[in-house]
Amino acid sequence: MTLETADITPPATPSGKGKSLLTQDARTKKRNAAEIRFKAYGIAALAFSILFLAMLLFAIVRNGVPAFTQTFVTIEVELPADVLDKNGNRDIDDIKKVSTFGYNPLIQDALVAATADIETEVADGDLKKMLSSSAGATVRNAVIANPDLIGQTVEFELLASSRVDGYMKGRVVREDLARDRNLDAAHLDIVDALSQTGGVTRKFNWDFILGADASESRPEQAGMGVAMLGSVFMMLVVLLLSLPIGVAASIYLEEFAPQNWITDLIEVNISNLAAVPSIVFGILGLAVFIQFAHLPQSAPLVGGLTLTLMTLPTIVISTRASLKAVPPSIRSAALGVGASEMQTVFHHVLPLAMPGILTGTIIGLAQALGETAPLLLIGMVGYIASNYPDGIASGFLDPNSAMPAQIFEWAKRADPAYYERAWGGIIILLVFLMTMNIIAIILRRRFERRW
Amino acid sequence: MPAIWIIAVILVIATVGYFLARGRALASAGSDPRKMHSLPVYYGTNAAIAAAGPALLVLLAWLIAQPLLINNSLTQYLPADIIGDAGETSLAMADVNRIAGGLDLVVAQGAMTVEAAKNLSVETTDVRAELAAVGVALGADVDAATLALAQRYRGATAFGNILKAVAVIGLSVLGAGAAYAMTNKDFRARRYVESAVKMLLITAASVAVLTTVGIVLSLVFNTIEFFRAFPASDFFFGTRWEPSFSGRGGNSDLGFLPLIWGTLFISIIALIVAVPVGLFAAIYLSEYASPRVRSFAKPMVELLAGVPTIVYGLFALLTVGPLLLSAFGANGSFHLGWMSGGTAAMTAGLVMGFMLIPFVSSLSDDIINSVPQSMRDGSLGLGATHSETVRQVILPAALPGIVGAILLAASRAIGETMIVVMGAGAAASLSMNPFDAMTTVTAKIVSQLTGDGEFNSPETLVAFALGMTLFVITLALNIVALYIVRKYREQYE
Repeated sequence: MTLETADITPPATPSGKGKSLLTQDARTKKRNAAEIRFKAYGIAALAFSILFLAMLLFAIVRNGVPAFTQTFVTIEVELPADVLDKNGNRDIDDIKKVSTFGYNPLIQDALVAATADIETEVADGDLKKMLSSSAGATVRNAVIANPDLIGQTVEFELLASSRVDGYMKGRVVREDLARDRNLDAAHLDIVDALSQTGGVTRKFNWDFILGADASESRPEQAGMGVAMLGSVFMMLVVLLLSLPIGVAASIYLEEFAPQNWITDLIEVNISNLAAVPSIVFGILGLAVFIQFAHLPQSAPLVGGLTLTLMTLPTIVISTRASLKAVPPSIRSAALGVGASEMQTVFHHVLPLAMPGILTGTIIGLAQALGETAPLLLIGMVGYIASNYPDGIASGFLDPNSAMPAQIFEWAKRADPAYYERAWGGIIILLVFLMTMNIIAIILRRRFERRW
Repeated sequence: MPAIWIIAVILVIATVGYFLARGRALASAGSDPRKMHSLPVYYGTNAAIAAAGPALLVLLAWLIAQPLLINNSLTQYLPADIIGDAGETSLAMADVNRIAGGLDLVVAQGAMTVEAAKNLSVETTDVRAELAAVGVALGADVDAATLALAQRYRGATAFGNILKAVAVIGLSVLGAGAAYAMTNKDFRARRYVESAVKMLLITAASVAVLTTVGIVLSLVFNTIEFFRAFPASDFFFGTRWEPSFSGRGGNSDLGFLPLIWGTLFISIIALIVAVPVGLFAAIYLSEYASPRVRSFAKPMVELLAGVPTIVYGLFALLTVGPLLLSAFGANGSFHLGWMSGGTAAMTAGLVMGFMLIPFVSSLSDDIINSVPQSMRDGSLGLGATHSETVRQVILPAALPGIVGAILLAASRAIGETMIVVMGAGAAASLSMNPFDAMTTVTAKIVSQLTGDGEFNSPETLVAFALGMTLFVITLALNIVALYIVRKYREQYE
């Protein structure tokens, strides 16, 4: 680029007679205007980025917050002993013999009773469309947990179907229902009437945070809990492997490695690995851990191993930076009083570098927690995470999902009610990430030393 | 003896060795640690390492090697028609392994005595049902030949296991004994312990290299397999991408061009968004902004970098796509009819551009800040305005670094997966219209590997060839970019 000298050299004729220095000539005006324009571009670019961030956050909050509340229908269900416990001996095995289908008529009767005062064209048999198809199971589980309920009339809060829930949240409008087999507009009149008397309510939904995923037809029941556990087990693997390996590798490279081509090779390698697309790590995980080592598919262990390889470079880079920040005088002092090199590093340098190392590790973990692409390849998507793991071993080895994989899974499903879940899942994921980052910032603020 | 018990025995030997060696060292110095070369702890640790280290290594190697060796030696006994085909051989051997493992499980659970399991015959027992009872599911009924092989496998394994236990525990005792014999007060125990620790550190450092080797090997072998089944020229120069999962392959079009076209198209849209915005934001932040604005705005922009890509993907799919469709679709506000669905190159490109803004801006910020202050002062002193200084002095000086940053951003864009999987659509096309659905290399890796195809069909293996090209392209971009950035930094340091 050539310097446009014409713009900055003084005018060729220095005759400024009759002209005040305070009035700008045309060229100065032009240059000043260019200056203002240039600055405006900068402000515009910055404003644009911040505006986008605001849009993103707004979309997440507006679409995701409704997922945390759920519509419930409160009805009084009669639990007659002659249907649920034919032998009358309250034997738990006999009670278990009555399947969910046995409970559905009872719920239907309760619905008919609850809507008795409301004029409607909905047939009695169609009333149950207002409820989630899980209602029968909910009542059955309550009865099995407490057989004394049999023979009484008990008030139940049952999940409303996803269409009713959508209506209460303003997602579903009457016009949508014309082509919908799952619900009619007439149902909504009942919902309106019931919500005035308190029969239909919206409540905070813990099951969304702690519950298991549900099948494709029951979005109202789906929750994040099992996937969250999957993520926790994966992060355990990542932490337990990447922290020791990463720290050991950094100590070697920073404190002991001789300057030769092998060290160079390792260093170039690590900086390149940090930039390899995450999907390639997924291919590696698939080929090495599943195809070659025959580890179980979809297991958090495999996910954790794959993410460990991905997180290692991040941890090595930050650990080396914090080892480098420990001043050489510390090392000299330790060596001077007779410590060996190994003792110097492990007794003096490493403890001083620890806050920085932990900060880097947490940030690396946060990155791994949000990573999705490698998990797709090792089969953590497409699996319905509906069972909690039974214990530690099953937590690591049984198929599970992970939070980002669960969000992707929901986003793929056809029912728009699942989109709301996906946004809500993102809120949960971001809360985790924010907590981790805040911990990292606090660690850095409190323990980082300036030498 | 299961491996876990062998490990337990080794640990016991190591613990005993620790105390014995420590005691012996102390005794040789007359219980006066000052007369010893190293601290007492090191003598004990040295013995423990000598007992456990080599033994555990041998155990690990044995655990990996034994099944491979036994399988290899048994393969020759398979029926002649199977041996020729690699796929069938591995299937048959997998069956043998599963039956052998299942029989061991049956015995372990007490459903069968050891003798009964050994003398099992297909005529008298339903082996498949027996195994199913302990949770080992078999694809077909067991024939006599396979059962015989499984029995052979069990025999060899049992023999190998005994040998393994004796060898490993013997090695452990030998190590502990040798360390104990060497121990006296002048023995340089610390040196030995520290070199063992150093070996551990070196091993950790080489994990990074092993990862790269793993990536390259897993890509290369499967890619070679793919090119055996599918001609390379059809892959690299094919203009149609239409994999068929119905048959056993053969009539799929697996052309690479539409995919790389989509990848580049979307990446370029992303860079058109990210580079000007990121660059101007960086210039403003480093040259104009007051410290207060900077301390607020810089973390805000960098917040975008911490958002997981799945969030951007969902944002593209559910917010940006419908928004663009309502503007440029057939029924959109401009009645243009350019766009027929929410997922399009434009959707993915725009959102990816937003994602890359912090990447470009923080890298450029660093680079602009590293231009020496004297250059700014010189330019301003000659009467240039601030913007003239930036445009004519700082940017030219920072240009190589900025180019490096853009290359890094480009490699990010090419390797990005979630945004394109969710936002770009699935149809592979060589279209020029940015509002058409397009697909990328990464999106197709995902769809080919998550499909139901057989693992060794070309439709699945093509994902590895795609991964290989992706790896090579991003690696090349990264190496060039890092080289430029490093070269540039040296210039001013």
